[in-house]
Amino acid sequence: MNEHEPLFTGAEWDFPLLQRVFGAIEDIGLNDLKLDVYPNQIEIIASEQMLDAYSAHGMPLMYHHWSFGKIFAREETMYNKGWSALAYEIVINSNPCIAYLMEENTMTMQALVMAHACFGHNHFFKNNYLFRQWTNAEAILDYLAFSKKYVAACEEKYGAEQVELILDSAHTLMEQGVFRYRRPPRPSRAQREERLRKRRQYEEESFNDIWRTLPGAARDMSADLASVDEDETVGLHAQMNLPEENIIYFLEKHSPVLKNWQREILRVVRNVAQYFYPQMQTKVMNEGCATFVHHYIMNELYDRGQIGAGSMLEFMHSHSSVVMQPGFDDSRYYGINPYALGFAMMSDIKRISEAPTPEDKEWFPDFAGKGDWRDVLKHAWANYRDESFIQQFLSPKVMRDLKLFAVRDGAEDPVYTVAAIHNESGYRKLRTSLARLYDLSSHQPDIQVVGANLAGDRTLTIRHNRHRGIPLAQGNKDAVLKHVRRLWGYSVELEEPES
Amino acid sequence: MTNFIDRRLNPKGKSLANRQRFIRRARAEIKEAVQKSLKDRTVSDFAKNQKISIPTKSTKEPRFRLDPSAGGENERVLPGNKDFVEGDQIKKPRQGDGQGRGKDASTSGEGEDDFSFTLSQDEILDIFFEDLELPNLIKTALKEIKSYSWRRAGLTTSGSPTQINLVRTMRNSFGRRMAMRRPKEDDIEVLRQRVLELRCGATPDADKREVIAELEEEIARMEHRRKWVPFLDPVDVRFNAFQQQPIPTSRAVMFCLMDVSGSMGEREKDLAKRFFMLLHLFLRRRYDRLDIVFIRHTHDAQEVDEHTFFYSRQSGGTIVSTALEEMKKIVAERYNTGEWNIYAAQASDGYTQTGDASRCVDLLNQDLMPICQYYAYIEILDEREMEVFSSEESGAELWRAYRTVAKDWKNFATKRIAKPQDIFPVFRELFAKEGTEAKV
Repeated sequence: MNEHEPLFTGAEWDFPLLQRVFGAIEDIGLNDLKLDVYPNQIEIIASEQMLDAYSAHGMPLMYHHWSFGKIFAREETMYNKGWSALAYEIVINSNPCIAYLMEENTMTMQALVMAHACFGHNHFFKNNYLFRQWTNAEAILDYLAFSKKYVAACEEKYGAEQVELILDSAHTLMEQGVFRYRRPPRPSRAQREERLRKRRQYEEESFNDIWRTLPGAARDMSADLASVDEDETVGLHAQMNLPEENIIYFLEKHSPVLKNWQREILRVVRNVAQYFYPQMQTKVMNEGCATFVHHYIMNELYDRGQIGAGSMLEFMHSHSSVVMQPGFDDSRYYGINPYALGFAMMSDIKRISEAPTPEDKEWFPDFAGKGDWRDVLKHAWANYRDESFIQQFLSPKVMRDLKLFAVRDGAEDPVYTVAAIHNESGYRKLRTSLARLYDLSSHQPDIQVVGANLAGDRTLTIRHNRHRGIPLAQGNKDAVLKHVRRLWGYSVELEEPES
Repeated sequence: MTNFIDRRLNPKGKSLANRQRFIRRARAEIKEAVQKSLKDRTVSDFAKNQKISIPTKSTKEPRFRLDPSAGGENERVLPGNKDFVEGDQIKKPRQGDGQGRGKDASTSGEGEDDFSFTLSQDEILDIFFEDLELPNLIKTALKEIKSYSWRRAGLTTSGSPTQINLVRTMRNSFGRRMAMRRPKEDDIEVLRQRVLELRCGATPDADKREVIAELEEEIARMEHRRKWVPFLDPVDVRFNAFQQQPIPTSRAVMFCLMDVSGSMGEREKDLAKRFFMLLHLFLRRRYDRLDIVFIRHTHDAQEVDEHTFFYSRQSGGTIVSTALEEMKKIVAERYNTGEWNIYAAQASDGYTQTGDASRCVDLLNQDLMPICQYYAYIEILDEREMEVFSSEESGAELWRAYRTVAKDWKNFATKRIAKPQDIFPVFRELFAKEGTEAKV
């Protein structure tokens, strides 16, 4: 059944060989899996360059800041001491899609990595709705180049210390510097006045004194007028779009003390944060998609005889360490491995599509046994994020395989309580619990600017709306508030209502 | 068409600017950590890359974080259930037992782990010697331009044909041929000869023909094998490897002289050790090659190794000049003054036999100071004495004698120290950049 000679046998690679193997992978990715990808640009880098890339959020360009140097120092020490290995690749959500491959990789690893990054991640970046909605793959590199130049120019002009102060403060608020929802554009003041004028005009035109004689009508009219008045008095608040959950955006637009260049730097930090926000919400899906794709492509290459048994074994070894999920009581346990969960779920979708059990038919009537797993997966990759994906697609079999169980931890309770396990009565509960864990709002605090007393002492009020009653960590809170104070210029208050 | 781009040759160190910013920011902490690590290191290996840990205070990046332990209800999902069923209760570990794993486990922010990373040699030294410079760096050999020479560095499997190491290559080839049983030319020749002999006689009968056919088959097999196992295979080839090595353009020797008589206790020796360490560090930065000579003395001087120098005890009187004599002897024997820069640091508690001080002065003036780049004398006092001798003029015999030497030689320095804290300021003063006032 071997249609081809193996493309390579040894561990060595060179550029013509990479190109040939890429061609074979591309054939499977585009013609078999029917993936839809940005053009690929593959760059071979050395370990030190990988460390460089690590420290700047994996981006090829980034403005300078000491915190990146700190990451670099730590990673370098870890790497040199052999405590941690470097990633095999980094891939950037841009058009063309840039993938960095390490020069140390063997040819098998390069093949795996190309399948993983250039087709798996690339397809996900191009098709997932979050990335389509929130990131601009065409422009990101240009924007980073601009921001790097801009920050450097500011350092030149205003001093590195001044720039550092702003960046430090902005970085502490990075998680509060993203828009989570699109909103309709707020009408400008002129538009609102125009609307009010039209309304009054309509009322005048359609005035009929008879309505005044109806009981209760007069009161309504005056209430209406009062609300118009109030609209004028709280005009400032309304203009500032309060409440506002994007704190950096709010400070950028409304801080009374910042200079223009400082506002621009806030904007840079905010845009970087926004660019990475979809990645934070799709870790399981993104890695799962890439892992599933590389697994499929490598197996297909093997079936076609394009890679040999030796390579296949090497691939299996590295693939199985990537998708390993240690149990909670294992010393290696460090949370749920997104590669493991994502890959397990996507493989299971394929299984359910092809060979469903009665249980699967009951749980997934939409696609169980339909056979077209490519479409099901592509639909999932395009239209879900981790939370909704788990809520929709986590099957009892995967829960059983991973032996998942949910534990409730009340701060007041002396014990943890097992809330659900992988059994008939627990599946749905477990699935909901797990999905909720991947909802960023459950582990990132919900913090909003709710008031800015611009007419008085200019106090800024921030509110933390507790989710399930969990408060903010004390020490960090005060440290972050100092930074908010620096950016706002006047006193800042944080409310944390009990429920 | 996919673009493959080879970025390996692109300039490295893209994060250098970030690293420098980081070090600048944590400067105070890094400095403290480096100073602390002084204690555990020997004089000569201090200046190597080393891992340091600094408190995270100045490099902390606070974020708003939730603290589920402080209130509310949290639910987690874990893999690897073995025997839990719904409703089971698990005792919580006591506070502090299992806390350390989370990234932001501590709430105060103070208890966070220290941040550890590796500081390169250059960075360590820069931290020590910012705005310091040894005076009188005069020898021409001191130019910082390095030159390199090629040195043999073993064998490699790749290289240019001119560098083939024939002996090794042939040895590998021979071993491989033996292992692979490559038939020898001679053996084939013997068979050929036999075939020829058999053919030579009368027309061969059936038996002979069979033998000939067998032999010819054997010859063919052997020849095939000879082709299959080549005489020289690329795997045999070895090349001589060469490496660039810096030629030490400047060499220095540092003499550590110390009084080890009974009057020098642990405290005094510790102070002296720190001083020597600092001097060594500084010289290390200037010179490719730096020798250290340890000379200890009581009433008699001898050259010893570092451990003996600092830790072994010896009793006896105190004659300082013996150490100077020893140094003079060693210089004459081993360190040609044309090639070596000579530095000396002497530590003593200031006591010597009556009359010996003048001999020291003579030795210094006539023999040692003309050949020394720099000579530092530190007198280690206790704090009470420090107050008594608050003025530069007053002091024990040796001190007063050395003061006269210092007047004549600009490269001779004398200082007094009493506490570890005194050392660094003294050191800075000794080696402060010429023309700038020493800052402490």
